[in-house]
Amino acid sequence: MSVADQTAAPSAVKRLGLWGVLLILLGLTVLVSLGIGRFGVPIDHVAGILLANVLPIEPTWRPVEERVVELIRMPRILIAGLAGAGLAVAGAALQGVFRNPLVGPQIIGVSSGAAFGGALAILLSESQVLLIGGAFGFGLLAMVVVYTISRQQGRASILMLVLSGIVTSAFFSALVSVTKFVADPDDKLPAIVFWLMGSFASASYDKVVLIAVPVAAGALVIYLMRFQINVLSLGDEEAQSLGLRVERTRWIVLVAVALVSAAVVAAAGVVGWVGLVIPHFARMLTGPDHKLLIPASALIGAIYLIHVDNVARASIAAEIPVGIITALLGAPVFAYLLRRAANKGWSSE
Amino acid sequence: MVVGVIRVEQAEFRYGDAWVFRGVSFELQRGQTGAILGPNGRGKTTLLKAITGLLKLTSGIAETGGRIGYVAQRNDMAFSYKVLDIVVMGRAAHIGLFRTPGAEDYRIARRTLERLGLGSFTDRLYSQLSGGERQLVMIARALASECEVLILDEPTSALDFSNQALILETLRRIAREDGLTVLMTTHVPQHAQRLADIVLLMYGPDRQDWGTAAEMLTEDRLEALYGVPVKALEIQHDGRTASALVPLFL
Repeated sequence: MSVADQTAAPSAVKRLGLWGVLLILLGLTVLVSLGIGRFGVPIDHVAGILLANVLPIEPTWRPVEERVVELIRMPRILIAGLAGAGLAVAGAALQGVFRNPLVGPQIIGVSSGAAFGGALAILLSESQVLLIGGAFGFGLLAMVVVYTISRQQGRASILMLVLSGIVTSAFFSALVSVTKFVADPDDKLPAIVFWLMGSFASASYDKVVLIAVPVAAGALVIYLMRFQINVLSLGDEEAQSLGLRVERTRWIVLVAVALVSAAVVAAAGVVGWVGLVIPHFARMLTGPDHKLLIPASALIGAIYLIHVDNVARASIAAEIPVGIITALLGAPVFAYLLRRAANKGWSSE
Repeated sequence: MVVGVIRVEQAEFRYGDAWVFRGVSFELQRGQTGAILGPNGRGKTTLLKAITGLLKLTSGIAETGGRIGYVAQRNDMAFSYKVLDIVVMGRAAHIGLFRTPGAEDYRIARRTLERLGLGSFTDRLYSQLSGGERQLVMIARALASECEVLILDEPTSALDFSNQALILETLRRIAREDGLTVLMTTHVPQHAQRLADIVLLMYGPDRQDWGTAAEMLTEDRLEALYGVPVKALEIQHDGRTASALVPLFL
């Protein structure tokens, strides 16, 4: 494995500038996105509608605009933002603990496991909590399987990780097909199919809470473990010789990753590639220290996925599943990163 | 176990069916420096890892009193952290779960870097350092753990002469200043001669010798160890008599 990321670590001043820019971009993204859609709302109306929540402002907008912005678009944008932030943080943590900049929740099998868990939950019940629980349980299980298969002498190489991820994903995809096969074609089958394609269309404030709690909890654990993730990224042996309890520490991070990924899958289906690509770009801005990388990934992930969702819901008359767009964008970027990495020698690891 | 002591007794390690070594014993007292010499594949690294606790011996004892700082032979990194961030990771054993390094940890990391002449390197990226600088950063990281025992796997390999001299002198100085017990492997008998009080020779799976450097670093023993003639020379340099152990490639 060779040294990556030649980017100079930014000074404190530059860093403050970075956070300012990212926060302003996120704010603008939300503002603009609230106005975008088949029913357009001018940006000054959007701003007025939002401000009217805290300030006594005389409405200059129509009531229907307020309902669209506050009841339809806001929860959807919140969920997209939370999902993007969660996936990017999960990906950053995975890349750290596997000391490999080319892994993500999808590569590592979490997404496919969570997809099966969720599909099974839809088949067996109507419960949203069970949906998250099933996605979490099987997401974690899939990750354990991939991790176990790929580990050789205490290290997981990129090649073994990717191959183990393919094997495990194929297995869980087959299980998803089984649930589809046995599902009632009038009732359960469409629910499973549309959920799997990945969409924020059914957003509501209840769902916002349902995804916000596990994403926030998992992301908080990951952020609190930022120093330990740094140490883990040195490799097992070095981390152990520095006095870190490697297995226990890694498991805490992996469970947090599974929780975040499963919550996102439960709320929005399988949205791939965000967790792989976003941390990579964030690392170019912040350097590899997870103290900076994790929050930067969260902000960039949120901005990215809100924009992707804008395309999904507003570009054509019909709604495009958001997972399709992230894959269309993410897969070529992954291919590019893989090529670049191969030149640097990661592939031989 | 007395702090600073390394004790290895009847250590045995088997890799599959093949013995890597059997019946290895030696002891280092607090403040002593030890060197392990032997051809490739005789288990030098394995023994160091067993002493460090990274590997379990098949049987026997390898124990150490006090905290160990370990500098591995390979020191490449997946991510290029800043030097200060790397050295502060040496504090990991002092930092609990869900905690991050505090002001005291950064103070110790900075002070350690200054001691090794790397005071101005805190914001440099690891990827931009030379081989010698990287090795010094790794030593700084081990020292930042406030270890009593420093274990290094071939600390001078892959370095040019001036960097070899720099690493050797740095190790000598910090061992003396801190009363550190140091154990290292090396392929250069002269490095052992310069630093070590105690030398362990690993000839093969069933044959090892240990004793003082003077007893061990003889022409006969080194020739038996490597299968290459090694000559002990006395050389006049700068008005001093320096000794050199020179392998002959005939």
